[in-house]
Amino acid sequence: MSAVQLELEILRYDPEKDQEPHFQTYQVACQEEWMVLDAINHVKDEVDTTLSYRWSCHMAVCGSCGMMIDGQPKLACKVSVKDYANKKVRIEPLANFPIERDLVVVQDDFMEKLKRVKPYIIRKEEQPIEAGEYKQSPAELKKFKQFTLCINCLCCYAACPEYALTPEFMGPAALALAHRYNTDSRDQGLAERHKELSKPEGVWDCSFTDTCSIACPKHVDPASALQQLKIATTVQWYKELIGMGDK
Amino acid sequence: MELIKTDIAIVGAGGAGLRTAIAVAESNPDLKVALISKVYPMRSHTCAAEGGAAGVIKSDDSLDLHFNDTVGGGDWLTDQDVVEYFVNEAPKELLQLEHWGCPWSREPNGSVGVRPFGGMKIKRTWFAADKSGFHILHTLFQTSLKYPSIERFDEFFSIDLLMADGRCQGVVAMEMKSGRLFRFQAKAVVLCSGGAGRMFPFSTNGAIKTGDGTAMAYRAGVPTKDMEFVQYHPTGLLATGILLTEGCRGEGGVLRNKDGYRYLQDYGMGPETPLGEPVLKTMELGPRDRLSQAFWHEQQKGNTIPTSWGDSTHLDMTHLGEKHIDERLPLVRELSITYAGVDPVKEPVPIRPVVHYMMGGIHTNIDAETPVPGLFAVGECACASLNGANRLGSNSLTELLVFGKRAATNAVEFARNRNAEANESELQEQADKAQTKIRELVQRSGGTESIAGLRAEMTKSLEEGAGIYRTEETLQKTCNTIADLRKRYAGIELHDKSNVFNTDLFQALELGNMLALAQTVAEGALARKESRGSHQRLDYEARDDEQYLKHTLAYYQGDEAPRIDYHDVVITKSKPGVRDYSGGAK
Repeated sequence: MSAVQLELEILRYDPEKDQEPHFQTYQVACQEEWMVLDAINHVKDEVDTTLSYRWSCHMAVCGSCGMMIDGQPKLACKVSVKDYANKKVRIEPLANFPIERDLVVVQDDFMEKLKRVKPYIIRKEEQPIEAGEYKQSPAELKKFKQFTLCINCLCCYAACPEYALTPEFMGPAALALAHRYNTDSRDQGLAERHKELSKPEGVWDCSFTDTCSIACPKHVDPASALQQLKIATTVQWYKELIGMGDK
Repeated sequence: MELIKTDIAIVGAGGAGLRTAIAVAESNPDLKVALISKVYPMRSHTCAAEGGAAGVIKSDDSLDLHFNDTVGGGDWLTDQDVVEYFVNEAPKELLQLEHWGCPWSREPNGSVGVRPFGGMKIKRTWFAADKSGFHILHTLFQTSLKYPSIERFDEFFSIDLLMADGRCQGVVAMEMKSGRLFRFQAKAVVLCSGGAGRMFPFSTNGAIKTGDGTAMAYRAGVPTKDMEFVQYHPTGLLATGILLTEGCRGEGGVLRNKDGYRYLQDYGMGPETPLGEPVLKTMELGPRDRLSQAFWHEQQKGNTIPTSWGDSTHLDMTHLGEKHIDERLPLVRELSITYAGVDPVKEPVPIRPVVHYMMGGIHTNIDAETPVPGLFAVGECACASLNGANRLGSNSLTELLVFGKRAATNAVEFARNRNAEANESELQEQADKAQTKIRELVQRSGGTESIAGLRAEMTKSLEEGAGIYRTEETLQKTCNTIADLRKRYAGIELHDKSNVFNTDLFQALELGNMLALAQTVAEGALARKESRGSHQRLDYEARDDEQYLKHTLAYYQGDEAPRIDYHDVVITKSKPGVRDYSGGAK
């Protein structure tokens, strides 16, 4: 349990009293098992109770604590303090989102986009519950499983150069989720989703820089989902052109 | 203060809240649903559940077996009418989730797979690898986006229930981004606000699990039930308390003490089973209470391994092989490597028991109703007496589905049949009181107590006095400490005076909620002079059905300790018997 010294430079902003965001520096003696989140919690509990940020599970599954750590979008609960030992580390709110307060960003835009891709099973006919489960082979499950793992932490939006330039862009997580449902053997909603996905701010805005997949703490690989979506969207477009537009 | 008029207000948007909301919206699209939560739905702690959800689906299983496992697992403190309803509905609810797209793990023929869990005679846990709760939560959340009648109020912190004319008529909540209070006026209110594991220092629970809804109901006069029953999960990671699912043991992981010895065989759960061939209801597949208690005894005997994060034993999965672990337990591997620096494929993982689940909660019945008309509760915040003195792993995810749907049906019926006018002036007066309470808390100056300081004293005291094993002496001390902390709570001062996302304020409110509930845990445990399930008294080692085959009710008494009362257990077909985990499945 030898100590790791960290100098945290945390962005502070309270719209009620600050004209502009500014940085405040905290020295934290960390235990070496700590994650960066533990260091921030230490500041909150012992040094400065006015610091605001989101966190909950501390096991990289609730997606609350996405923030810029040393310039990179990360989950604060998943990066070790040892990675930044004896360094000055900047902690900032996720890039590309408006700041609500300190490290808390406004997420309304993402919540709206998530809804637009219709992320639920769409079927022409619903099988009654009494008929049992829809059969799905392990191979069919594997096709989309990876894209179910997104925790909505928004690190990919903070990393996405396209979203930075064009805020209308649906963005990696929402599009990956559309792809997740499109490729689920139980789903028949591709054509319905296609309308949204083929808009200019849909899949075609992605310039395939792969930064989203690099940033993703859960290895969802949204970039790959987007490339697959582009192909599917093109196929769908041709199908509709020749009057066969259905899944 | 803004007024929102709705039909059904739901507090909490985790698994229980979402299931309730969807059930209302599906069957009654004309009714307005307000879904109020202090976090975005996908941040809710349902996401952290790993192992799976129990429901009878395979031909070798039966509803009776699920019933018996649940009742015996709960040491007969379960209400058997509730258990019977639950086991009947469980498969339908899990199938419904399948139809909504939950990525359940599959068998080669395409049907859903099941895995064994502790205390089960037959394996019946549906699982989505080891991220079952995560997938259930996201499936429900994403599905909920289909329904226009569900209006979400994300990041609204509920402060108080609004009661008038003998019924619950709404809730007052703060919009966290602005600090503004909203008065939600509803025909029925459903609390789905989760447990309160953060009362303890070492817990698998996320920071948000502070019992806010349970405390609101308790302050409003609804009794809590069986709060002294606190589940320690036997396998938490050392520094963090992160859960390693019971699925680890279901897949064949074993527990070893400092000598590598599989110590569970010394505590009535043997004979030792061959490595890689787990036997149901035996050894590592015993129930959680027994396994955590066995750890305590090993600790007393000096058979645990001292570490800087407390004593530990080992969860050994090295014989399972990399392929199997990656397929069935990928999160466990990731968590162990990230948070403990140990790869379970190569080395045993140091673990110790960790507070995981509150069996107790808001007193509810088979209809998810509280004693207050118009107020319902579901999930960990509630105590429908499904789990008794010890919850079986994988029953809680199913519980929030089954009783979420049930609460929806009954809340709708209540809302539809209730033509009485809302008592607007009384409700506004109560909401104004909540506003005053908040203002005073924020503006108070000259206080010397810190939130983190009081919280640390509370968690330490609960662990020391009301942990895995308890005595009159330790419990009395904890009762005194908590009573004192409640007094000192009046002396906290907030340094953050902002209206915008003031987490200093939210933490103060959460601490107040936890302190009130901590008192129900300690006082309930002190009054229960027997040992049953997760409540183990060194001074009363036997179960006492004569005196205590009863639910504990705790009634709020303002600044004083709660009034304790008792309520009969519903027994229909299973008379209290012996809990046998000694190779019974052979």
